[in-house]
Amino acid sequence: MSATEIQSPRSAAKVGSDRIAPQYRRNGASKGNFEMIAWLFMRLSGVVLVVLIFGHLTVNLLVGEGIHAIDFGFVAGKWADPFWQVWDLAMLWLAMLHGTNGVRTIINDYAEKDATRLWLKIVLYAATTVIIVLGTMVIFTFDPCPMVNGVPLPGGFCPAP
Amino acid sequence: MTAELAEPASKIELPAHIGGGGDIPSFDVHLRVRRYNPEVSDESTWDDFHVTMYGTDRVLDALHKVKWEIDGSVSFRRSCAHGVCGSDAMRINGRNRLACKTLLKDLDTSKPITVEPIKGLPVEKDLIVDMEPFFQSFREVMPFLINRGHEPTKERLQSAEDRERFDDTTKCILCAACTSSCPVFWTDGQYFGPAAIVNAHRFIFDSRDDAGDMRLEILNDKEGVWRCRTTFNCTEACPRGIQVTQAIAEVKQAILSRKI
Repeated sequence: MSATEIQSPRSAAKVGSDRIAPQYRRNGASKGNFEMIAWLFMRLSGVVLVVLIFGHLTVNLLVGEGIHAIDFGFVAGKWADPFWQVWDLAMLWLAMLHGTNGVRTIINDYAEKDATRLWLKIVLYAATTVIIVLGTMVIFTFDPCPMVNGVPLPGGFCPAP
Repeated sequence: MTAELAEPASKIELPAHIGGGGDIPSFDVHLRVRRYNPEVSDESTWDDFHVTMYGTDRVLDALHKVKWEIDGSVSFRRSCAHGVCGSDAMRINGRNRLACKTLLKDLDTSKPITVEPIKGLPVEKDLIVDMEPFFQSFREVMPFLINRGHEPTKERLQSAEDRERFDDTTKCILCAACTSSCPVFWTDGQYFGPAAIVNAHRFIFDSRDDAGDMRLEILNDKEGVWRCRTTFNCTEACPRGIQVTQAIAEVKQAILSRKI
């Protein structure tokens, strides 16, 4: 398929400021299924996130003493269990990718200039990468008993000596 | 008098003292039309017209009256004037409709009735837009029968059930009311738009057509069906009552089930 560019009379170039005058710029078909996979991912991750988030809220806020039980020790106790490590990891990744993809779509829909679109996406992807990497690191390298110069920090969750 | 009773009830509230087909209630209409003339100014403006119209009149009749009796320079497209050709789609009171299918009495005549060109396509003059980007997308989905089998001696037969499958999408008149009501299309005009997808749907689900896969591949584009945000603007705008958003969803599902 050859490049298709339509020269429409009196369009684009000389239209006023408040006027939307799109030119037809699509040329050839874009290869790959990225948009389809992104669309499917949004639906599937959404369903999984509903389960993960409501499970998270129930265990943290409703079961037992509920919200009053949340402190450093509570989090330390949860992350000592590989089950909750995997749960929180899945929640982190799915929520971040789901949200990022949503914002990506919004940028695609609302940014009018290609340069704006590019920069907004660079900021978005950078922020996502930082949060995912940092969060993953925290989940796996979490230390319930942080030590400074051989002395445990107050509030830590240290094993009895 | 039984013949009179058999007639369908009129939707117009006729006062008791008027009988027969002679007198129809009239009312004053304040029409506010978006004007744009590139030969005069790059800016568009609003023009106000006051006309006396009747209960049986449509927005198109009011525009005709303005053009024929008040200001001959008001420009708009219309051809059949009966909701079949799809020429006079315009934005009336902020909604995309056909001027020839919108009765004035169904609108709020106590306020000005705004009439603008449809959004997202380049305006040529007043209410006339350049439809070329719209038709380019339409052509791209190959809206014609492609059949690789032998040519039949008489006709290509199809069961009533198979015909029913795509019946809804055969109703499209290419007025562009749906595509120009789509917020995704407004952004940059690169999205295929509901009308092109509806017309692809008409052939994708036609049992006599062999190029469904090709059309699905075309609509799997990054500007294809996946840009649809299911806002239902198109379904609401369609003057033919096509379930546009549903048709788009069916094309999405067809692409998914073909790929996975």
